[in-house]
Amino acid sequence: MDFLNAIVALSNFVLIPAMAYGSQLALGALGVTLIYGILRFSNFAHGDTMAFGTMVVILFTWLFQSWGINLGPLPTALLAIPFGIAGTAALVLITDRGIYRFYRGQKAKPVVFVIVSIGVMFIYNGLTRFILGADDQRFADGERFIINAREFKEMTGLDEGLGIKTTQGLTVVTAVIVVALLFWFLNRTRTGKSMRAYSDNEDLALLSGINPERVVMVTWLIVAALITVAGTLYGLDKSYKPFTYFQLLLPIFASAIVGGLGSPLGAIAGGFVIAFSEVAITYAWKKVLVYLMPEALEPSGLVQLMATEYKFAVSFMILVVVLLFKPTGLFKGKSV
Amino acid sequence: MSPSIRTLTLFALVALLIIGTGVIQGWDLALVILNMGLVSAIMSLGVNLQWGIAGLFNVGVMGFVALGGMAVVLASVDPVGEAWAAGGARAILALVLGAATIVATVLAWKKTRNRWLTAAILIAGFVIYRMVRDPGVDAIEAVNPAGTGFLGGLGLPVVIGWMVGGLLAAGAAWIIGKTALGLRSDYLAIATLGISEIIIAIMKNEEWLTRGVKNVTGLPRPMPDAIDLQNDPGFVERAANLGFDPTAASTLYIKIGYGLMFAAVLIILLVLAQLALNSPWGRMMRAIRDNETSARAMGKDVTFRHLQVFILGSAICGIAGAMMTTLDGQLIPTSYQPLRYTFLIWVMVIVGGSGNNLGAVLGGFLIWFLWVQVEVLGPGFMTWVTGALPDDSGLKEHLLDSVQHMRLLTMGVILLLVLRFSPRGLLPER
Repeated sequence: MDFLNAIVALSNFVLIPAMAYGSQLALGALGVTLIYGILRFSNFAHGDTMAFGTMVVILFTWLFQSWGINLGPLPTALLAIPFGIAGTAALVLITDRGIYRFYRGQKAKPVVFVIVSIGVMFIYNGLTRFILGADDQRFADGERFIINAREFKEMTGLDEGLGIKTTQGLTVVTAVIVVALLFWFLNRTRTGKSMRAYSDNEDLALLSGINPERVVMVTWLIVAALITVAGTLYGLDKSYKPFTYFQLLLPIFASAIVGGLGSPLGAIAGGFVIAFSEVAITYAWKKVLVYLMPEALEPSGLVQLMATEYKFAVSFMILVVVLLFKPTGLFKGKSV
Repeated sequence: MSPSIRTLTLFALVALLIIGTGVIQGWDLALVILNMGLVSAIMSLGVNLQWGIAGLFNVGVMGFVALGGMAVVLASVDPVGEAWAAGGARAILALVLGAATIVATVLAWKKTRNRWLTAAILIAGFVIYRMVRDPGVDAIEAVNPAGTGFLGGLGLPVVIGWMVGGLLAAGAAWIIGKTALGLRSDYLAIATLGISEIIIAIMKNEEWLTRGVKNVTGLPRPMPDAIDLQNDPGFVERAANLGFDPTAASTLYIKIGYGLMFAAVLIILLVLAQLALNSPWGRMMRAIRDNETSARAMGKDVTFRHLQVFILGSAICGIAGAMMTTLDGQLIPTSYQPLRYTFLIWVMVIVGGSGNNLGAVLGGFLIWFLWVQVEVLGPGFMTWVTGALPDDSGLKEHLLDSVQHMRLLTMGVILLLVLRFSPRGLLPER
């Protein structure tokens, strides 16, 4: 019984939250990795693109709510996601046309692109705050739980409750669908194949008649979709604040680098590695250990390896360890 | 236009902007801009050393600036005797043990290359560290938590705190450089970004060291107190002779005093940076930046030189951070935001002209001036823009409310315009 309780507590506080967080990071990291593979730079504006996309989703959610449209038990935001993607796609395509394309024409060094993306980051940041403000926004509605902790206790007779939030379930399901679609696109369609060819060897791809501007445009569209979905899921699951999204840049980059920049599979693996370590290291293990250990050995403290505020430190340390021992990441990424 | 005339003209323009601010908007604001402009110029001098001269992409400026601020607290606040008695020895011992663990781990890995042994040392060291640290820290934080709750500092003069700031930042830079400088440029960027967030997290969380989010206020000042000046009959008389009332005169006196001190630091650092840039060392650094492979083939120790310049640049940022905290008179860990303390400094360097020390200084003043003025003048501008809208319009209200976010937008536009049309900055490298 104690063992079951321990497992339930572990799932409730570590496994399920980390699963949801990992899916969100994976979607974000896929965007970073695609931009790195095709456009060959680290996009510092990624977090703020995410904030912008989520903002559009929030605005449409509010509009739908005011019209009385909803999805019953599911959050209305799902309905607003296509509009969010369209808004973000328009923004990144305009940015690419107006800013990045000039530097592509000049064949500028990657670091110039990174600095340009810092400028873009400032603009997106200002734009988002200008339209929606810098405060916390809540936009989740619908049913809060798939499984309620109290009902779970009554149902099973265990001491520990297991709660699964709708948003957590939704995050994992959506992430699986989006990733499946992405991989189908990259591996099965002509455009997807030309993208991979372009990423593997630019000159060869150009020689075989692939239109680079088209590849870049499709990449931005996919990134806009991924980032809007990731941002919306994160906002539903936790809460929306532009600054938090800016800070997500670090775990997202860490996921992409740990997995191997340029490798989509690696981005997903990296996302889960970072999420699980972050949650596991900042979780107070006392509850689980009390069930598992004999009474004499029970821990007196919280058995929390690090305070929650240090979660950035966790993603960072994993990043450094991976880079020191496996510089191209877990899945062989490219290094330009 | 020859480079030196261009330099003079642009600096004269900045001087004119600040003097114009003084004449139109009041000398108080002009001095506020000037003082923080001096600090910003020092920060951008530090970043220019790393990026402009050595080509190192450091986006962790905020971390070094914050370390400088922390150094002021650690060096110049009076020690809290009771807290030291309660757990000071334990906390220091824990720090030593923590450091020893890291050193032992690194040594074990280097000597044996045995993963399990290294991991075992690290975990054992961490457990011992926590066992020593936790009771001590709890005891320190329990001492008068509303008033102190931390160890305090060493009670040294505040100017020594600035040097400690430089040293602390240099020490952190040494550790970071040892681990991260071998990485590619974008990995280094992510690594430094991460470390700066970690430094802020430490400052927010380690209450026994910096009081965390409870802030440290009332830091010692190198200038006399405004109240003391107002009560000093000699000062009041001199102010009256110049036609000032005592209150205005005392704040101006203090601000001018800070300005002179900061200007002295800036001039010293600028002269040193210029001498370094034009010395064989500076030529070697630029050679490494422009072509690492050929510099290595010439027998230059690229890794060591990168580490060296990384430490120097970070130390300068640390000094600037310490000066800024002294100017504010308080340490507020939550006020450190990467956009303001990392990326804005980058805008200064790029706009001013990376690789040119004078350019970095110019960029520091100019961007800081704009950063302040966009906020001061923004509302008026927005009122003018929205003048055609009816007063009860929701759009007008929203635009006026969110005008403060205009400056992020403005900085982005300035950076992109400079990168596009004058990629080498206002004062290009010679």
